[in-house]
Amino acid sequence: MCRVVDLQQAVLAKNDRSAQELRDELTARGTVVVNLLSSPGSGKTALLEAELSLARQRGIAVAALTADLATENDATRLARSGAPVKQVLTDGLCHLEAGMLRSHIAGWLPGDTRLLFVENVGNLVCPASYDLGESLRVVLASVTEGEDKPLKYPTAFGLAHLVVVTKQDIAEAAGFDRAAFLAAVQQVNPGVEVVFTSARRGEGLGVLIDHACAVHAGHVPHQPVMARTAGQGHVHHHDGVVHTHS
Amino acid sequence: MHEMSIALAVVEQVEDAARSGSGDAAEAVRLQVGELAGVVPDALRFCFTLACAGTVLDGAELDIDPVTARARCGPCTTEWDTGMPPQLCCPNCGGATADMVSGRELQIVSVRWADRPAHDRAHVTEER
Ligand SMILES: Nc1nc2c(ncn2[C@@H]2O[C@H](COP(=O)(O)OP(=O)(O)OP(=O)(O)O)[C@@H](O)[C@H]2O)c(=O)[nH]1
Ligand SMILES: [Mg+2]
Ligand SMILES: [Zn+2]
Ligand SMILES: [Zn+2]
Ligand SMILES: [Zn+2]
Repeated sequence: MCRVVDLQQAVLAKNDRSAQELRDELTARGTVVVNLLSSPGSGKTALLEAELSLARQRGIAVAALTADLATENDATRLARSGAPVKQVLTDGLCHLEAGMLRSHIAGWLPGDTRLLFVENVGNLVCPASYDLGESLRVVLASVTEGEDKPLKYPTAFGLAHLVVVTKQDIAEAAGFDRAAFLAAVQQVNPGVEVVFTSARRGEGLGVLIDHACAVHAGHVPHQPVMARTAGQGHVHHHDGVVHTHS
Repeated sequence: MHEMSIALAVVEQVEDAARSGSGDAAEAVRLQVGELAGVVPDALRFCFTLACAGTVLDGAELDIDPVTARARCGPCTTEWDTGMPPQLCCPNCGGATADMVSGRELQIVSVRWADRPAHDRAHVTEER
């Protein structure tokens, strides 16, 4: 004897719920979360260091939380800006989840924080699946990673509100083909803005602050095609329906 | 590994369903996995076996229904298979404002329970 019972629940429903709660809560107190995703070593910390310092010069209340599998090095670098910084060690987990972010924010994040930057674990696979309650998702790639990176990691690039290309100062040496990279981005995320930066030379600096401040002021970010699932009428909830099984 | 977190999330939800009286032991779980869900079915199957050990899902099968990714262009009504890597610009008009019709699913569809909890008797149709 056995029964098949409909469940119809999104596997990540719990994360999605706590992410939405966190987004509502933080939005209500005037804090915008920016989720930064990239492969290991693309230059998230370097760009963030520069952006945090710039924000402090401009008198914008910023904070940063950085997640790594091990070491406090990134937090030490980011803290040089003078902004409140927290290191999260993920204990082997290769991504952050909304509940983790929420518990790390509790009792730490200053109440007047306008922009909270979250440096996710260096990984382009699973962080893409976990909403952290961010209002702006930024995916970074450096000029040395290959122009087809967006095609190899379509869910990461496809769900980005903004794409940042880092290490522009070595683009020529790396033989980076800007047009090919842009074409790859447009294929998986048509219409998304791509900004070229160099933390070393200061090129494009302010891109994170400017976009985050715009969202804070009520500007609605780019809506990626991959995130527009309004047509999915079949994802509905009707728990507890029991079918006969043969 | 990503798929382990996903497998653990599936197990957690099925255990919740067990606690709320749906059943005592799950024999199989059916999942819908979209082409663009960012999940590798084989890796998920492997992790699922590990994640189920010692739970109400011990030894349960994982049935995966793959879902093809499709997009639809609102302005010109073209609908297409996006392929992998996906082509999300409209192949007809070049538009950048399509909607996903399918392909992003990561959904628990149903659970096959081994036996029936007594309190549910009235609503249950049994297999003979
Ligand atoms: N030439 C050049 N090198 C850079 C730039 N930004 C970062 N780097 C170098 O790239 C390496 C990695 O930079 P990080 O900022 O640590 O990268 P990350 O993405 O934070 O790395 P993980 O946190 O380990 O994932 C370091 O050696 C940096 O000095 C840049 O704009 N130009
Ligand atoms: Mg870093
Ligand atoms: Zn992960
Ligand atoms: Zn992973
Ligand atoms: Zn079209």
